[in-house]
Amino acid sequence: MTDHHNAYDGLLGGDASQWAFGTDFEDPLAGVDTTLPEGADAAALAAYCLMLGDDALIYSHRLSEWASNAPDLEEDIALANVALDLLGQARLLLARAAAADPDAVPALPPGSPVPPEDALAFFRDEHAFRNVRLVEAENGDFAVTVVRLLVFSTYRLALVQRLATSRDPVLSAIAAKAVKELTYHRDYAGRWFLTLARGTEESRRRLVRGLDLVWPLHDELFVAHDVERLVAEQGVGVDPASVADEVDVLLEQVFSVSGLERPRLPRTGSVAGGTGRHGRHSEGMGRLLAEMQVVARAHPTGRW
Amino acid sequence: MSGVEQEWPLYEIFVRGKRGLNHVHVGSLHAADDEMALRHARDVYTRRNEGVSIWAVRADAVVASSPDEKDPLFAPAGDKVYRHPTFYAIPDDVPYM
Repeated sequence: MTDHHNAYDGLLGGDASQWAFGTDFEDPLAGVDTTLPEGADAAALAAYCLMLGDDALIYSHRLSEWASNAPDLEEDIALANVALDLLGQARLLLARAAAADPDAVPALPPGSPVPPEDALAFFRDEHAFRNVRLVEAENGDFAVTVVRLLVFSTYRLALVQRLATSRDPVLSAIAAKAVKELTYHRDYAGRWFLTLARGTEESRRRLVRGLDLVWPLHDELFVAHDVERLVAEQGVGVDPASVADEVDVLLEQVFSVSGLERPRLPRTGSVAGGTGRHGRHSEGMGRLLAEMQVVARAHPTGRW
Repeated sequence: MSGVEQEWPLYEIFVRGKRGLNHVHVGSLHAADDEMALRHARDVYTRRNEGVSIWAVRADAVVASSPDEKDPLFAPAGDKVYRHPTFYAIPDDVPYM
């Protein structure tokens, strides 16, 4: 029997001969204590998991748009792998959000087999998503994508490295898994950044343009929402402002090796006093959600 | 665009599986340089938990035998069964024969 709540059921143990190549898949949450840590605010923990989960989910969807559209087959698969890593993180984080605060999960028709993390992904409206606006922006060309992936993976890696010591054992386990994945994403993006910077006149021009497009949304990554500050105080989460200096030094290294200056551009303004973490999103977000959610919403009792 | 190659060079990829003893040829791919070939190989050929080590070799660095030479190269070995160690008893504790 396959359990909808665990993607690893059916891959763990059992008959290994059905798999042509690798087996020995590991459940990142195996043996992890899932009770809420003492003194942690359940609603705040859930809101925090939504923030980290939505960053991964929305960026995963954007990157998946490269499938069949990348400059060549190898990049196609590389970007799809990154997207799948992030989707896996999103699933675990949204499931944790649902476990911490079941009231956050949208109600579905009685008898619907949709698991709570899917309900959160596919049945929330735009204003309920808590991702930063950097990840929802349209991909642009390959150079823009490389710049955005470099900024995002450098930021998220610094974040999950600290999150690995969270007092919440589930967040800690998810972070430990994510560290390995994001180390590769950052390496991939960094290599491409240098390759494009040192490539042709055209590749460098496109990279500089990519920096100009991505940079205005960079600052928002490090502005802490009240929820982020609260979970950081409780030893459960990480205040994003605390990773700003480290990310800055790392990005500066890439820029200086590439012979590029960081853009001097004003940050994208807030909307009605809020940013992505408050559920205020940019123009592309609505279209992204429409495409991502349309099938699930058309069949709320569907079995997949 | 003068001096810019339109197509990246081809690499042959060898992967050693978790339980495998040697690297096995799994396929080929294009990459701009050696490092990128390794990364591409990781992304294309080890995403289902197949491998623990990768070799990438420029395809133009591989010396290959010609199909035309098949008979002189290989046919002479076809009738020399005595070259196999099948006439000896192999102890049970000798693996990987």
